[in-house]
Amino acid sequence: MNQAVGEIEEGEDVATRQTVADGSEWPADQAELLPELVAHLQKNRSELRQEWTNRITDAHLLGAMTPHEVFSEVTSVYDNYVAVLETGSVVELRDYARDLSERIIPRGVETHEVVGIVLLLRDVLARSLFEKYHDDFDLLTRVLDAYEPAANRIANTVAVSFVEERERVIREQADALRELSTPVLQVRERLLILPIIGVLDNARAHQLTDQLLRAIRKHRARVVVIDITGVADVDEPVANHLVQTVDASRLMGAGVIITGLSSEIAQTLVTIGVDLDKMNTVGDLQGGIEEAERLLGFKVVRTDDAER
Amino acid sequence: MPNVDEDTTQEPLRVSILRHGGHLVASIHTALDDGQLVRFRRELLEQIGRYRARGVIIDVAALDVIDSFACHTLRGLAQVARLRGAETVIVGIEPGVAFAMARLGTTLHQVLTALDLDAALELLDRADVPPGVDDTNR
Repeated sequence: MNQAVGEIEEGEDVATRQTVADGSEWPADQAELLPELVAHLQKNRSELRQEWTNRITDAHLLGAMTPHEVFSEVTSVYDNYVAVLETGSVVELRDYARDLSERIIPRGVETHEVVGIVLLLRDVLARSLFEKYHDDFDLLTRVLDAYEPAANRIANTVAVSFVEERERVIREQADALRELSTPVLQVRERLLILPIIGVLDNARAHQLTDQLLRAIRKHRARVVVIDITGVADVDEPVANHLVQTVDASRLMGAGVIITGLSSEIAQTLVTIGVDLDKMNTVGDLQGGIEEAERLLGFKVVRTDDAER
Repeated sequence: MPNVDEDTTQEPLRVSILRHGGHLVASIHTALDDGQLVRFRRELLEQIGRYRARGVIIDVAALDVIDSFACHTLRGLAQVARLRGAETVIVGIEPGVAFAMARLGTTLHQVLTALDLDAALELLDRADVPPGVDDTNR
């Protein structure tokens, strides 16, 4: 990540950048001015923080959070910001940014908002530096020379941390979806159901077969009901794959009942010339489960009122 | 199907055939070549007659590959066994092997299959199963 930050920063030579990337120290010419800068920011903490909060509100950022929450996060970010200027190490800020991202991503805070507030803080602080040093243009230039790279780096760190956290969340969700997309559930002893909902593409069909065959062994299933009510249509390779799944299940000793075939899928199966003797199909899931129970010798009986 | 000569060496066949109740249980311990498969078929059929077995269970869990010849041999074995009064159940096909067979179209057709020995015994002991018909797939 440090590399990414370094690439975006401009106006520094490579050697300086590497020193900065190590995270412990600022370059020498900046080191003189930064303490002064930090002192200024610490002294004016309340006003600058308030100014920043106002600008966030004016820009309608962080609408998903309450004013109280915004204020407490603003305080933490501000202190972390000053700490980075003071120590030159972004490690703590990065950790804080990750932690903050983890909390606010589920609330629906967007990337542009996070980048926006950090840039606002940069502007607020720069403005206050202008005010403080506007009499001495030379000094102002040097102060800004010290301040700007540091501020940009902070903005980068926060933005990158946020995006990384977001990507991590997305990856986790994608994994969870893949896992959940084909649940194999046991409804009775030796009876599994496999409801399939959504688009059944080739990759998912393979995963489905894999999970089903493992589940047959794990649960010692005799009958499997595959319900495809939730699948609108399948192409030929996937239809063939379904037929092969039925064959493979039978080789493992489990019969397959397919329920909820839409007319489109039924048409596809007929078109590709599936041997229909091999397919045991029932209209809907309820019928499929009833048929499976019959095959397994289960009998569901409604009890008398008195027994309930 | 190629005409395969039976393995005539005197090496012990790497298959154990045990009696269990009225059934024979044949466990294949390691991959068999075509000649050994033919020899296995002959020995098993001979024992079916000798012990008047009502059922035959063939455990193929040790086989990583069940090719078309093996499939053909097992199918033929099941048909001959049925003519001699014994129902055959193949058990222990691994998920990967099962799917590979399905993809290649080398399925066992009318031969009964079961997950493991327990399931196979249960299947054979159920009097209402008509021979040759997997009742889950009518």
